[in-house]
Amino acid sequence: MNERRVKAEIMDETAIDRALSRIAHEIVERNKGTHTLVLVGIRTGGVHLAGRLAEKIRKHEGADVPLGEMDVTLYRDDFGRRAISSKLKPTILPESIEEHDVVLVDDVLFTGRTIRAALDHLIDYGRPRSIQLAVLIDRGHRDLPIRADYVGKNVPTALKERVEVKLREEGGDDRVVILEEEGAS
Amino acid sequence: MSFHGPHLLGIRDLSKTDIGEILDAAESFRAVLDRDIKKVPTLRGKTIVNLFFEPSTRTRTSFELAGKRLSADVVNFSQSTSSVVKGETLIDTARTIEAMPAEILVIRHPHSGAAELLARHVSASVINAGDGMHEHPTQALLDLYTVREALRRVEGLRIAIVGDVLHSRVARSDILAFKTMGASVVVCGPPTLLPPGLAEWGADVTVRIEEALRDADVVIALRMQMERQNAGFVPSLNEYAVLYGLTRERIDRARPGLLVMHPGPINRGVEIAPEVADSAASLILNQVANGMAVRMAVLYLVAGGASA
Repeated sequence: MNERRVKAEIMDETAIDRALSRIAHEIVERNKGTHTLVLVGIRTGGVHLAGRLAEKIRKHEGADVPLGEMDVTLYRDDFGRRAISSKLKPTILPESIEEHDVVLVDDVLFTGRTIRAALDHLIDYGRPRSIQLAVLIDRGHRDLPIRADYVGKNVPTALKERVEVKLREEGGDDRVVILEEEGAS
Repeated sequence: MSFHGPHLLGIRDLSKTDIGEILDAAESFRAVLDRDIKKVPTLRGKTIVNLFFEPSTRTRTSFELAGKRLSADVVNFSQSTSSVVKGETLIDTARTIEAMPAEILVIRHPHSGAAELLARHVSASVINAGDGMHEHPTQALLDLYTVREALRRVEGLRIAIVGDVLHSRVARSDILAFKTMGASVVVCGPPTLLPPGLAEWGADVTVRIEEALRDADVVIALRMQMERQNAGFVPSLNEYAVLYGLTRERIDRARPGLLVMHPGPINRGVEIAPEVADSAASLILNQVANGMAVRMAVLYLVAGGASA
């Protein structure tokens, strides 16, 4: 792989925290409370973000929202076409998602293919009342007709650039950066 | 890809890391099997052919369902219905099937080395579902998975393998698999049914079952192969049952918490007493359920799901 260098930092710890606080409020507002809510993080970044959203909702509303985590590898449309970079992990969802409002949480929304896989995966567990999508970054370049309901920050990017969300749960500081290939103009 | 090539021919080819990856992947498939919809779309459009040149119901069914639950098309090809009876060679049969085309061939064959021979002559992935007296890797993997699930570890455990080790490909694969994962293995059986050179495999050997069970955490009883009972290896099945059968009394005298496994099909009252096979210590039905998850993992990984 080509060397990549940081082109710009687009969010720091404070900005990420404020964005998540706003999204947590928006989720509760739109769903008129927490009693039907389920948060499902998409591995890996989404799992940490879903955990933080649940924590914020617990602080503000005093309610525990069921949390799940999902690995969409088995539902991807590019199986066998590219080297799979991480090991398969089990998907763990709350007891039931039937008649619940499920909020999928991911770090970056890009082509939309991961979300397509997540939708198919989720529906194999039952029929939620609604499925919503929360992302920290929407970087554009969709291949599919998919949009997010809650967005931390819209970031216009070039196709060749990469957006990396670093979270303290993985070690290091919270920050979002745009990476570009070394030597790119 | 961490396998040596796109095939699964034997445990001998696998490193500790490879086996760990298969067992970890199997956990994800176990979760799929616990859902109402026990199916994922991963291998849509791929074709798996079960080439069975030996009677087998459970292994073939397990592979068939594993393939179907990955959304692959699965075809069963058995000796009695095939052109093998018309004199076609194994390689010609396999090449014909591959040209249909098929991406994965699962083979069970009475001759040791058949899977490897096939792998050399076809470009499809080959999975060994038991070849002669050589290996039965998916059985060993599901045994590992079952032990890991029950006791949360494999390393440091003592595994006893009791019975007809000489003719058992399960025993060979199990010894390699458990040794690779850091367990110690003791094999036990009548002298006529213990092959020479077991010590070179790293296994302890005893002809006394009490000794084999004494420190064991898990005992794997091998199937007494009825078709061999007239070949003079044991005086009678009754005598075998008396000397080597897993009875309630023997289990009670062994270490508390000893778990019992068997690759099936079981001969009740021969290598295992009915009350032991049906007891809380028996993991035999867990083995069946886990076998499906492990085979899904193996199919998934040879089809391209191995991590880079």
